[in-house]
Amino acid sequence: MHLAYPAVLAALLFCTGLYGVLARRNAILVLMSVELMLNAVNLNLVAFDVWLRDTLHAGQALTLFVITVAAAEIGIGLAIVLLVFRRRGDSGIDRLRDTAEPPDPRPGGAPDGAGTPADEPRHGGPRTPVRKAGTTA
Amino acid sequence: MTATGPVPLATELLSAGAHAAGAQAPTAGANAMRTHAVTLAAEAGGRGFLSPTGVEIAFLLVGLVTLGAAIVTVTTRQLVHAALWLVVALGGLAVEYLLLTAEFIAWVQVLIYVGSVVVLLLFGLMLTKAPIGRSPDADSGNRPAALAVAVTAAVTLVWVVVDAFRTTWIDLDEAGRGSTAATGRMLFQHWVLPFEALSLLLLSALVGAIVLARRDGNGTRGRDGGRGRDDGGNADRDSGRDGVTEEQR
Repeated sequence: MHLAYPAVLAALLFCTGLYGVLARRNAILVLMSVELMLNAVNLNLVAFDVWLRDTLHAGQALTLFVITVAAAEIGIGLAIVLLVFRRRGDSGIDRLRDTAEPPDPRPGGAPDGAGTPADEPRHGGPRTPVRKAGTTA
Repeated sequence: MTATGPVPLATELLSAGAHAAGAQAPTAGANAMRTHAVTLAAEAGGRGFLSPTGVEIAFLLVGLVTLGAAIVTVTTRQLVHAALWLVVALGGLAVEYLLLTAEFIAWVQVLIYVGSVVVLLLFGLMLTKAPIGRSPDADSGNRPAALAVAVTAAVTLVWVVVDAFRTTWIDLDEAGRGSTAATGRMLFQHWVLPFEALSLLLLSALVGAIVLARRDGNGTRGRDGGRGRDDGGNADRDSGRDGVTEEQR
């Protein structure tokens, strides 16, 4: 068999998983796409192991290890998704923006002393006292 | 590796085999290596894509099914259907492993992926109250960017891979290379330490998943108090639910 067949199939499967990871909104669908990418890697490992005839069978051993790590990853990932769903009632990864930097309402960034107390309530969140401490210092 | 790739490899193997044969007694291993290198060099040049073998045709057909199922998995708007098409894709990959003479990995694939990972995903869909019918917001807003990235990566990878391995030939005739006996011997002779480390990893992942997904009764006192300051409604509901579980205990 030509090595090109499994290699091309693995590349296409990997790119399919890449599209899924980037385009999906539900966290469980993202996990499915990650599984597709890991399986593409496994196919590559098996094909190259058969081609190179490694005496240690490194390709097949690494495939088994990747399958194990993927099983552990899917367990932990689903537990995290369930926890997030229980706390927030939603598993869409678009709305998980708690650690994102809020966009600065003033144009041109935040120069020192520009923050007046009048527009402080518009910021909200825990960032305001930090900046106030920074500007007063 | 270009079109003349396997031939230097073969000559290198030939010289290595000749050196080994000259240094030690001429063993059967050196002879086998030499003949293997010769057949590798001869077959890589002579095979073309226009006269595929039966294994290649089977691989191609199963590969098309696998790729189609994978594409449906990442594009369908019905979440449960995505999980079921993932079964088709992973099962097709198991058949590909069988065609590549990796039997044990094929059955492990069937057991682990089709048997447990997809069931876990279906349970996850069920527990997050996924809609049964079509959900309009399955895809996020950056879908054109994702499509562009994926198509660019696919074109680049396929181009490079085809250019590199156009003339590389896999010899699938050696029997029993990926059998359970060979895999077990390899795994418990050379890879024992990573194997045991992986068992520890699985154990810790199991414990971590239980700790994360557990609906804890006693330990939530402090956290419920902290959450009550943030959003009152949720905290009330959660404390009621915790009270129920404590009563059940």
